Amino acid sequence: MREINKREKIQSFILENSEINPNIFRMIVSSNRMESEAIPGQFVNLYCKEGSRLLPRPISICDIDKTNNTLTLVYGVVGKGTKEFSNLKPGEYIDILGPLGNGYIIDKDIDKHILVGGGIGIPPLIELAKNLNGEKYVYLGFRSDIYLVSEFERIGAKVYIATDDGSYGTKGTVVDLLMKTNVDGGMVYSCGPKPMLKAVSDWAKEKGIKAQLSMEERMGCGIGTCVGCVCKIKKEDSWEYKRVCKDGPVFWSEEIVWNE
Amino acid sequence: MNLEIDIAGVKLKNPVMTASGTFAAGKEYSEFIDLNNLGAVAVKGIATNPWLGNPTPRIAETYGGMLNSIGLQNLGVDHFIKEDLPFLRKFDTKIIVNIIGNTVEEYCEVAERLNEADVDLIELNISCPNIKKGGVAFGTNCESAEGVTKAVKKVSKHPLIVKLSPNVTDIKEIARAVESGGADAISLINTLLGMAIDIHRRKPVLANITGGLSGPAIKPVALRMVYDVAKTVSLPIIGMGGITSGDDAIEFIMAGATGVAIGTANFFNPRATMDVLEGITEYCHKYDIMELREIRGII
Ligand SMILES: Cc1cc2nc3c(=O)[nH]c(=O)nc-3n(C[C@H](O)[C@H](O)[C@H](O)COP(=O)(O)OP(=O)(O)OC[C@H]3O[C@@H](n4cnc5c(N)ncnc54)[C@H](O)[C@@H]3O)c2cc1C
Ligand SMILES: Cc1cc2nc3c(=O)[nH]c(=O)nc-3n(C[C@H](O)[C@H](O)[C@H](O)COP(=O)(O)O)c2cc1C
Ligand code: FES
Repeated sequence: MREINKREKIQSFILENSEINPNIFRMIVSSNRMESEAIPGQFVNLYCKEGSRLLPRPISICDIDKTNNTLTLVYGVVGKGTKEFSNLKPGEYIDILGPLGNGYIIDKDIDKHILVGGGIGIPPLIELAKNLNGEKYVYLGFRSDIYLVSEFERIGAKVYIATDDGSYGTKGTVVDLLMKTNVDGGMVYSCGPKPMLKAVSDWAKEKGIKAQLSMEERMGCGIGTCVGCVCKIKKEDSWEYKRVCKDGPVFWSEEIVWNE
Repeated sequence: MNLEIDIAGVKLKNPVMTASGTFAAGKEYSEFIDLNNLGAVAVKGIATNPWLGNPTPRIAETYGGMLNSIGLQNLGVDHFIKEDLPFLRKFDTKIIVNIIGNTVEEYCEVAERLNEADVDLIELNISCPNIKKGGVAFGTNCESAEGVTKAVKKVSKHPLIVKLSPNVTDIKEIARAVESGGADAISLINTLLGMAIDIHRRKPVLANITGGLSGPAIKPVALRMVYDVAKTVSLPIIGMGGITSGDDAIEFIMAGATGVAIGTANFFNPRATMDVLEGITEYCHKYDIMELREIRGII
């Protein structure tokens, strides 16, 4: 996948940090030139101010605004670090390093794309959808409340929604929905929880469509040096561990070894 | 001011090194800092053949520290010599190769393969897996610590640093053992065995259940051990464990360390080594210290 270098941790000005859904926040920050290099599917490291929380929190780039030089990040509050971020106010600063990792590969010849996102894996698909030409079929799976849907619609994507409890769209998983609609296309792009990615991968394989999946793993450094964030990748007739942060997070679905 | 130090006859331009396993082989950090400014780079533990390492999750954050159960994933000594060494050699810094093995024979084999390689020092990591039959980590038993030190010293052309594990009752005993085994220098500490539990999932956070604790949380323990060992042996000591600033480094030097290594701090501050170096320089200016010898082991 395409690779981009990085330079240093930068203090970024926070323009917005608001709760767009229960426990889901949208943070808009000055991009400090990150926008000129960033591609869809890449992430940034966010650093806590509280000194006892050492490690960076990787958060995907949701939207790149090249006119206003800003990045939008959408994150869920799941622990102490993201809780700290949620308390930051516009006008404050946050340390950011990025863009990191390799993004989705965009093939200009493909005119029909299938995007599948689950939960907090949905945000990076926005910047991706913006960069794809042709028809965009976007499948989104939520637990209950929905968010970012109008953003996809504004880009001109056709959006299908599934919720676990049926409060919006179809009741059930996003993969059930995907199968039900019997969609076809030239490439599948996905980001979300591992079981979902596995199901998307199986579905794409059956359909004979290539798929790019964004993997997630606990990270130490985010830049490829601790070897903490690995996933199993096929190698001839065996497998090896590759780093999600540096060799990914986006991998071809056929490269991934699923059995743990 | 002269920050130069001497480790087993090898001259380092300054006392700031990287801790093995936290700097890979330097390539990624060369985008953040000028590697020429480092006293030495210690590369990740290297075995005879590639090791896969442990399943994920391998990382957990704890209060002021982190746990890791990487399991010494590495691509083996041939890969290091072919791929990583030529890159590192482009810089004016000393190269320390951290070596690992499951048996004394494996340690010796890595050391021998490095005899032909253009490296400056080797560092024996005796805090890892098992001896052939026993199941005792080399570094937690005087006999095995001395045994493996002796065996590697005999076959290696390069000066030998032995890196001690803190997971022992008496670090002084082990230090004495590796000194009599022929070590040329000692580095300490490696990570402390620890664990963390995810109470919501009711499971250990790490797939391997336990892991090695590092970062600021372990600094007082590391400092005490450096102090103890400095009083016990006459070898040069490379101190590490939770160093994030020049002030931290000065503490280790006052406790008796000749050099210092920066580990976990690299993960949350890719420029940590340079911050430490600048901090040391500032401290020396402030107190008119011309050479680190003036403050080494003064406690
Ligand atoms: C490449 C990548 C991109 C990501 N993009 C986004 C994003 O756009 N939006 C978003 O909300 N989250 C994203 N995440 C997940 C995010 O990094 C974690 O939710 C965050 O680090 C948790 O920090 P915390 O301090 O709040 O939680 P902690 O207190 O550290 O942990 C609380 C819980 O969060 C979960 N968690 C912690 N670290 C991770 C991790 N690295 N990956 C998955 N789960 C984790 C665990 O279940 C843990 O029990 C991404 C992760 C990766 C690896
Ligand atoms: C992710 C990680 C990997 C490590 N790998 C090695 C290794 O391969 N060999 C070794 O001797 N020590 C290894 N260590 C230990 C460090 O070199 C160092 O001794 C320890 O982390 C304490 O220093 P710190 O608190 O500054 O990190 C590793 C530590 C970490 C955090
Ligand atoms: S997080 Fe350190 S190698 Fe990926």
